[in-house]
Amino acid sequence: MSGGVAAAHGRRRKPRRRVTTESAGVRWSLVGIALGFLGTFLAAPVCVVFASAFSKGMGPYLAALADGDSLSAIGLTLLVAGISVPLNAVFGVAAAWLISKYDFPGKSVLVTAIDLPFSVSPVVSGLVFVLLFGAQGVFGPYLSEHDVKIIFAVPGIVVATTFVTFPLVAREVLAVMQAQGNDEEEAALTLGATGPQILWHVTLRKVGWGLLYGVILCNARAMGEFGAVSVVSGHIRGETDTMPLHVEILYNEYNFVGAFAVASLLVLLALVTLVVKQAAEWASSARRERDVAAGRAAGAAGAALTGAAR
Amino acid sequence: MTVSVASITKRFGDVFAAVREASFEAKPGCITTLLGPSGSGKTTLLRIVAGLEEPDSGTVTIGGKDVTHVSPRERNVGFVFQGYALFRHMTVFDNVAFGMKIRGRKREEIRKRVSELLTLVQLPEYGGRFPSELSGGQRQRVALARALATEPSVLLLDEPFGALDAKVRVELREWLREFQKRTGVTTIMVTHDQEEALELSDHVVVLSEGAIVQAGAPHELYDRPATPFVASFLGGANVLRGTVRSGRAEVGAVAMSAPEGAKDGASVHAFVRPEDVRLEKAAATDEEREGVALAKVERLTRVGAQVKVALELPDGESMTVQMSKAEIDSLGIEAGDRVLVDLRDAKVFVEDYAI
Repeated sequence: MSGGVAAAHGRRRKPRRRVTTESAGVRWSLVGIALGFLGTFLAAPVCVVFASAFSKGMGPYLAALADGDSLSAIGLTLLVAGISVPLNAVFGVAAAWLISKYDFPGKSVLVTAIDLPFSVSPVVSGLVFVLLFGAQGVFGPYLSEHDVKIIFAVPGIVVATTFVTFPLVAREVLAVMQAQGNDEEEAALTLGATGPQILWHVTLRKVGWGLLYGVILCNARAMGEFGAVSVVSGHIRGETDTMPLHVEILYNEYNFVGAFAVASLLVLLALVTLVVKQAAEWASSARRERDVAAGRAAGAAGAALTGAAR
Repeated sequence: MTVSVASITKRFGDVFAAVREASFEAKPGCITTLLGPSGSGKTTLLRIVAGLEEPDSGTVTIGGKDVTHVSPRERNVGFVFQGYALFRHMTVFDNVAFGMKIRGRKREEIRKRVSELLTLVQLPEYGGRFPSELSGGQRQRVALARALATEPSVLLLDEPFGALDAKVRVELREWLREFQKRTGVTTIMVTHDQEEALELSDHVVVLSEGAIVQAGAPHELYDRPATPFVASFLGGANVLRGTVRSGRAEVGAVAMSAPEGAKDGASVHAFVRPEDVRLEKAAATDEEREGVALAKVERLTRVGAQVKVALELPDGESMTVQMSKAEIDSLGIEAGDRVLVDLRDAKVFVEDYAI
């Protein structure tokens, strides 16, 4: 009772304790557990990566990165991400569009299938492609006849990466599309827009941030993928080694500076991804807040205007 | 242009029929309202006219042309959605211009027409705003301008005032009425608000459970409801129960004419509007007679210039009567008085309908 009165009587006294808050002991131990966990499993590893990478100074770090095999691994990783991310962006938007706008038999199967790469071990995913396209695989004889190399070559890495990362864009975009409903598309339709016009002028603009976020996540995962790529790549140095694979090779050769130097790039990529993602969220929530504030102001002005107009 | 809808049926799933054998006509230049409670199929019917839903059977013609299987894109209808469905990433100007841009109109022409329309909906300065920066009423008018930009042959409005607060709603209602008369565009509107329907429309189509129950001019429906549903849906009505005896409907101790073909012993409902009843102070010698009941005044509630009188009829049923303050005062009616209640305006229906 006294707490309520104090709160009602101005801010000089201590702010009233929220009813749902626990005692100080419980609060601090929870905070301690959370921080301890984050420190052990996130902050410490990141520090170790950079500490090891720079353990012999700047020179050996740069030299390790400038090494021919490292450069080729970086180049291959960029190439693979450069192909699979756009593919998944197109696929993701198409799948999300299909699922949120149309009803068709087997729709729930498709929704489940989109999540499949997440529920299957990446190693198994890689193995599937070996069984399909490998020398002893289903299409193996046909491919070798026509001199097409997929497994233990760049195409295999692209295929495996694309498969493993395809849920990322689709899920993000689908969530946004389902939340926003179909009204604007229907409005565009009654205004005379064709399907492609609706997609370009309305739907893609609506999902903007969701698509960007999905693409960022997809890119991070595509560059960092290890399991599936490891199975299909064949680990040919300077040819089919991506950055994660290269880290493993260098580490196994006791080249710790080299391994951690390449690893530091992947960690940097992760940090950049988080920053961009956070920025995207801030941008969209700031816009929402501005919208709400402006909406309120306009509401008042609008009421005045309708009054004046009459 | 005339819109006619002929025996439209639409099912969702195998069993549920959202619209059953619905036929009506919207005359050119008029406001036709589809009125019904939620779930009565009125929005589905409107969406069928727009082409956003395809009917299972029946035809839709606009201006004499069968458009039943024509895409909404080519029907040339303007649709104002319940939540307005403005393009949130476009400015007001771009929203209104959308239809014309899609049709490849010239820039100058678009600019001219958009500014005309924004002036028409009284938002000339708002072209650069985003929908989120507008109030509900302003958004509604932008949606209207957008729907009219392509010069549609029919304007379709889905619960146009549903999302607005009471004051803005009444203002916009009057405004829309004037606006429609000025533009002369054939309009079909959906609403669940009987007051809105009666005030705005030239023609009202009442729906219940997917079927059209009655259609006609607002005053016609109000004065001559064809079914108990229409009687109770249009305006609050008192419902009195009774039975048919020797060809007369006996409601309480009052006899009145029974509906045609009513059998003896059938239960009847008498509907009487609070404002259709006249009271008279009863003398001690007064007795019940044809169509007039004797009742006791329970209490008087004064609401501004109107007085609501709660009555108890001899059989224990209660009813409400609404009269002007002046009338009540001149009659000198007070709580506890015995009054004569003239029920001759009551509409009597044989009971086949539960309220």
